[in-house]
Amino acid sequence: MIEKESHVLVVFPHPDDEAFGVSGTIASHIKSGTGVTYACLTLGQMGRNLGNPPFATRESLPEIRKKELKAAANAMGLTDLRMMGLRDKTVEFEDDEKMVEMMQSLITETNPSLVITFYPDYCVHPDHEATARAVVRAVHRMDESTRPKLHCVAFANNTGEGLGEPDVINDVKEVMDIKLNAMRAHISQTAWILEDLEKRLGENDPEAIQWVTQERFFKYRFDQGYE
Amino acid sequence: MEPVKIEAVQELINRFANKEVYIHLETTNGSYASHFDEKFFNAGAFIRNAKVEYELGKIIGDPPSRVGLKLGSLGWIYAQGITHYELDDHGRLLMAGHDHQGKLAVSLQISETPFE
Repeated sequence: MIEKESHVLVVFPHPDDEAFGVSGTIASHIKSGTGVTYACLTLGQMGRNLGNPPFATRESLPEIRKKELKAAANAMGLTDLRMMGLRDKTVEFEDDEKMVEMMQSLITETNPSLVITFYPDYCVHPDHEATARAVVRAVHRMDESTRPKLHCVAFANNTGEGLGEPDVINDVKEVMDIKLNAMRAHISQTAWILEDLEKRLGENDPEAIQWVTQERFFKYRFDQGYE
Repeated sequence: MEPVKIEAVQELINRFANKEVYIHLETTNGSYASHFDEKFFNAGAFIRNAKVEYELGKIIGDPPSRVGLKLGSLGWIYAQGITHYELDDHGRLLMAGHDHQGKLAVSLQISETPFE
């Protein structure tokens, strides 16, 4: 059972980050009447999947990914989608304080009871790390009594060693089709992964089933991280 | 984009010579390379909207080809692994190297106006 929230703020840097890790959770909250805001920091302009023969160029890709992001939002029933205007692969080079301010203004405006992002140091891509650090800092600086919950996605190879088992496992079986549709919406970047995933689902591969029916989060541990 | 035809690309490179142009140059293995293979040494570089003027530009070799731009006596720009090209709707010359899985590995783009 997913705990009921008053509002959920999701912050990730790339179109499709939401689809893999949390689209089932987003869809579940929306189904139960909770508002969800998704702030997507970049348009994934530097994505490498352009095909051979190519279906897009470095310059046409952002427009394609913007459309896919909107389609994924539609699939999840999400209406409050914010595109924050940063450039893919440059997030970590932005001014750190400005990044924190961006997160603070999102939190102030949307007043979430739950914030979802990546777990710093356990999320692999430099944009993920920079996004996670900014969100964690913004939440950390709030008075403890007013802080929203902070649920983080971690998938680095050393996650188990460093963080142990996830604190929250959301069962998203009921909205599995929505999750698959959100992933399908990002088809330019997910075609290869989906082909493999759908084959494995057809074979009842337990790992694949777990991927589309469970979403795993770590509660951020404020005593051991970014201030 | 279409597969590189040396003569066609050479003609396009010539069109941008001896004028101020904006360059996009990028090489990448993707941000996940060392995640999937921890022994992989991940390196790449990216420049967007470097303003230069080249006096001579060449594309050489059967694709994947090499493209070099000579910036007068000042310096050089080159990219290797170029497989595809396009003169886009904005009159920009987009060149890229796409690997066997359809992933971009290198791109070199030339424009008379800044890239967005």
